[in-house]
Amino acid sequence: MTDLLALDFMRQALLAALLAGFAAPLVGVFLVQRRMSLIGDGMGHVALAGVAVGVLTGQAPVLTALVAAVAAAVAIELIRASGRTSGDTALAVMFYGGIALGVVLIARSSAGTPANLTGYLFGAILTTSTTDIAVFAALAAVVLVTTLLLRPRFFAVANDEDYARAVGIPVLRYNVLLAVLTAVTVVVSMRVVGLLLISALMILPNAASQLFARSFRSAMWWAVVIGVLCSVGGVVVSYGAETPSGGTIVLLAVAAFLLASTVTALGTRARRAAHDRAERHDHEHGPGCGHPALGHEGHVDYLHDGHRHAAHEGHYDEHGRHTTVEGR
Amino acid sequence: MHLSDPPLMRLRSASFGYADRVVVSGIDLEIHRGEVVALLGPNGSGKSTLVRGILGLTTQQGGQVQLFGTPRERFTEHTRIGYVPQRHSLSASVRATVTEIVEVGRLPHRLWWRPTSSEDRAIVRRAIEDVGLADRAREEVASLSGGQQRRVLIARALAGEPEVLVMDEPTAGVDHASQEALAGVLRRLVDRGTSMLVVTHELAALERVVSRIVCLDAGHVDFDGSAAAYAAHVAGHAAGSDHHHPDDVTPRRGHVIGAAPLDPEPREVAP
Repeated sequence: MTDLLALDFMRQALLAALLAGFAAPLVGVFLVQRRMSLIGDGMGHVALAGVAVGVLTGQAPVLTALVAAVAAAVAIELIRASGRTSGDTALAVMFYGGIALGVVLIARSSAGTPANLTGYLFGAILTTSTTDIAVFAALAAVVLVTTLLLRPRFFAVANDEDYARAVGIPVLRYNVLLAVLTAVTVVVSMRVVGLLLISALMILPNAASQLFARSFRSAMWWAVVIGVLCSVGGVVVSYGAETPSGGTIVLLAVAAFLLASTVTALGTRARRAAHDRAERHDHEHGPGCGHPALGHEGHVDYLHDGHRHAAHEGHYDEHGRHTTVEGR
Repeated sequence: MHLSDPPLMRLRSASFGYADRVVVSGIDLEIHRGEVVALLGPNGSGKSTLVRGILGLTTQQGGQVQLFGTPRERFTEHTRIGYVPQRHSLSASVRATVTEIVEVGRLPHRLWWRPTSSEDRAIVRRAIEDVGLADRAREEVASLSGGQQRRVLIARALAGEPEVLVMDEPTAGVDHASQEALAGVLRRLVDRGTSMLVVTHELAALERVVSRIVCLDAGHVDFDGSAAAYAAHVAGHAAGSDHHHPDDVTPRRGHVIGAAPLDPEPREVAP
């Protein structure tokens, strides 16, 4: 690891990976919550057109990509908010138009080589320049601060738009802002992960953490941990194995998801085998239900006809006769 | 509380709907502090459209709506109304605990950059206690029964410390044990003097808490009065329907199944 850090370009690549791995899952959790897991993919398509314009005109591709992705983000939310049935096809036209325009323009430009295009699409650690890193760091800071400050409001809007509107939260503004943050994250991650794979880094760490976390908050932070481990780990592996960084990172994220789903499935099976259900209830236990509440290993049991009943999902678990529990 | 207080809600020949379709029209309604109003009516009569219209979620197409004496367009004190939307389950796309959902109810009370205060946390805890879910506050909402999830939505509204609760079908599709618990929660709130507007088509579950009944039919107010008067109104209607007019026996056009080749035997269907 220390010899990796001695290389200038590797230091930059690892820093870029750290930023992308932190920001992408943080924004991604709200996309998962809104059931818009694939929207980052579409923004990546449009961002390629922006990259191409930059390459063709000699502007910094990062900035032109940013402009294209943000414009796409605003357009996506306005089209969705209009609620027209043609909105879905309008998005398809925009996304495919974007990527096609990008491919054609890059091929026409003097600097356009197939390797160049592949780097943008699938990530290339060697291409990250010092100025790029400075821009990425600034953008990532904006994404992190905004998302963390507004997390409760993004959660409220994604959880229940009607309620949010009824209590006076400007729903459309928050949705547009989330889309813009998604677009910025796409651009921050494009060098490391690539425009075609960026959506995976937003979604897969969240898909994995949703399997085992017990609250929104813990699921979000676990996703950030998984995202950082996969993106930094992916860059290190891709250097050693001489593979494209984007693909390597995403394969690690897929592995994390499969690992999480296997472990949680086994855990669920073990727990199911280990607990007894109480008889069916016509009655709900709770404060004031008339049954004495007893503390029991960190949860509450209700004493029902001499048996301890503990709430578990939609039913009650049988935690044994009161006296036998005492004797344990 | 003053006698000169404006009504919580005042509607004057108000109409609401979606895009160019009017769903309810000519609504005159006043709801005063301390009242518990049940909004009844068959499916499709416009109950939800009306309450959503009062809250600004469906388009107002005419008339006037005043909330706490302020025209709805200029009303900004949204926290004075606690909305419990009609939802059969809470979004299961991501994990969220009871506390996390109820905390949303505090958001309108603080500026966007302010973190949750200890006062916010205390109010959230109290709201969860009020709906009888204190022992499950840290559990995921997806693991709760349908009726318990409804109570989470009520707690979210209570966390906003509203002056009136607007509830859309809080008891629909809820099993008996949960309905009992839910009715208990509503009774406790009423005893404390909470005003309510409750959309329902199951009056039985709320019978003991309701002080006034408004009945919608086909987008119009069809009855407005006390629970006792409503019982008489229903009895009167039932007696009226015992009259047999000879020409009523043959099904009317437009109300029949059986006009097309693949339809079953001709019979009248409820309009």
